[in-house]
Amino acid sequence: MNVLEVKGLSKTYGGLRAVQDVDLQLPQGQVRALIGPNGAGKTTLVGLITGRVNPSAGGVRFLERDVSGYPAYRRIAMGMGYTFQITSVFANLSLHENVALAVRRRGGTVAQVDKAVNAALSEVGLALRAEQLAGDLSYGHQRLLEIAMGLAQEPKLLILDEPTQGLSSGEVSGFKELIRRLAGQTTVLLIEHNMDVVMGVADYITVLNFGAVLAEGTPAEIRANADVQAAYLGGG
Amino acid sequence: MTETTKSLLLHLGLVLLLLALNWLLPEYHHGNLARVMVLATYAIGYNVLFGYTGLLSLGHAMFFAAGMYGMGLVIRHLGWTPAPAVLAGVLAGVGLSLLVGVLALRTSGVAFMIVTLMFAQSLFLTILYFTTYTRGDEGFVIQQAERVLAGIDLSDPNNRYLAALAGFALCLMLVWVLVRHPFGKTLIAIRENEERARMLGYNVYLHKLGAVVVSGTISAFAGALYGVLFGYVGASFSTVQYSIFPLLWVLLGGAGTLIGPFVGTLFMFYLIDLASGVTSAYMLVAGVALVLLTLFAPQGFMGLVRKRFIRWLP
Ligand SMILES: Nc1ncnc2c1ncn2[C@@H]1O[C@H](COP(=O)(O)OP(=O)(O)OP(=O)(O)O)[C@@H](O)[C@H]1O
Ligand SMILES: [Mg+2]
Repeated sequence: MNVLEVKGLSKTYGGLRAVQDVDLQLPQGQVRALIGPNGAGKTTLVGLITGRVNPSAGGVRFLERDVSGYPAYRRIAMGMGYTFQITSVFANLSLHENVALAVRRRGGTVAQVDKAVNAALSEVGLALRAEQLAGDLSYGHQRLLEIAMGLAQEPKLLILDEPTQGLSSGEVSGFKELIRRLAGQTTVLLIEHNMDVVMGVADYITVLNFGAVLAEGTPAEIRANADVQAAYLGGG
Repeated sequence: MTETTKSLLLHLGLVLLLLALNWLLPEYHHGNLARVMVLATYAIGYNVLFGYTGLLSLGHAMFFAAGMYGMGLVIRHLGWTPAPAVLAGVLAGVGLSLLVGVLALRTSGVAFMIVTLMFAQSLFLTILYFTTYTRGDEGFVIQQAERVLAGIDLSDPNNRYLAALAGFALCLMLVWVLVRHPFGKTLIAIRENEERARMLGYNVYLHKLGAVVVSGTISAFAGALYGVLFGYVGASFSTVQYSIFPLLWVLLGGAGTLIGPFVGTLFMFYLIDLASGVTSAYMLVAGVALVLLTLFAPQGFMGLVRKRFIRWLP
């Protein structure tokens, strides 16, 4: 089954074609990396998928349902988890409450919520800081909190927008292990600049350039692709 | 002792203190405090929207007035007794806040402020227009005989104080429960970061609408209570001034704190009371106090207390 099917998605800003006619299929359980140079349209594309951004054309099917007309919150509630590229946590609330908000939407007793919160914070190594205010965390820890909030939603599709930006190398390895643990159960769409992470965790890679799909393939195929190399070296 | 227990004791403690003051206060302050408690109830309602949800309304007087007139008109024209009349006022508040919420929440920020202001102005003009029923600017008195609730004369100072306290305590504890409930916590999340709340899957619009209705309904209850306890219903309560008051009270006392609205109302009431004994420009004194507070304690009194001393304060 395909968790996500995107057809002909396009977004134009004024004259700028940020995303052009993108097709994408994500099978259940796959870890898909979405890569591409700065400004390629990666964030805009996932914005179109989650409904944060209104498309100029095209449609989205999620869990075999046409969600094109759904507002963002409904798609999220159906099982899309989204973490922001530009960190967006509740700065004045505790880490616990940040994650609890992610858990609580699905309902549950206070004890169940607490348990899920602790589990998600432990996954990213922040359990001991549960009572701190999110705004007091370092940038890297805020990134980890974002990831914990994504996990806590127990999404069917987890969309991560450059999660490792600003993480220490130890935290990056921790993140790779985390994604490997998720692999198979959760479908992951991962926007990532760090090629080491991409090659280490992705089952399949989609390369975006100037808003359009430039190439798709396994990590080995993408590594060998001449077009991709040209785009990354700035020659394309 | 958990934070929930501590905070419950604190708020029940305030209610008990106010109860004890019923027998301790001299007559003048006794009367004042009854009035402050009803106005603070209004401020509690305002705080649900402004302090906890982060929506600034400039038209809350319409809810206060809806409650007051909803109650007053059925007593005056239909001869209802106080209890069902107050209920009628509350229902008027539910209806109006639902209507205003649905329309005003199509906007946000400054536009929301202006739309709420306009709605309140329309209600004010409506009240004046139907002078036959509302007695327009003059308003009307609710006679002592019409203010007897199950044999209790609400115009009696002692009964009035206790009724004001009961209404205040009810709304205080209602909001105490609300901010602990997932719904209230989501409102706080929306105040803190609306886009994040949306991207966690929350229907932000419906939550805001719920907040407008809870806030408007408590405000209407306060308006109905004010009318029935002090025996007067008038159009002045639907003017801009009465929309600005709860904003000032809440800002002074601490937006997004439970006790803040009461502290702010009490402080402002006595400030104006004292200032008006000295000068006719008493609103100027209130303005200066507000400016000073905004400069030195922008979170208001209770906001400051929470930041410095008791972080668990809800
Ligand atoms: N709201 C907007 N209004 C106008 N232009 C926009 C808007 N959002 C994005 N763009 C433009 O669309 C293009 C794609 O942007 P996008 O953020 O999707 O790229 P990206 O691949 O995520 O880049 P990065 O790797 O830097 O995050 C860019 O040229 C950007 O300037
Ligand atoms: Mg981006």
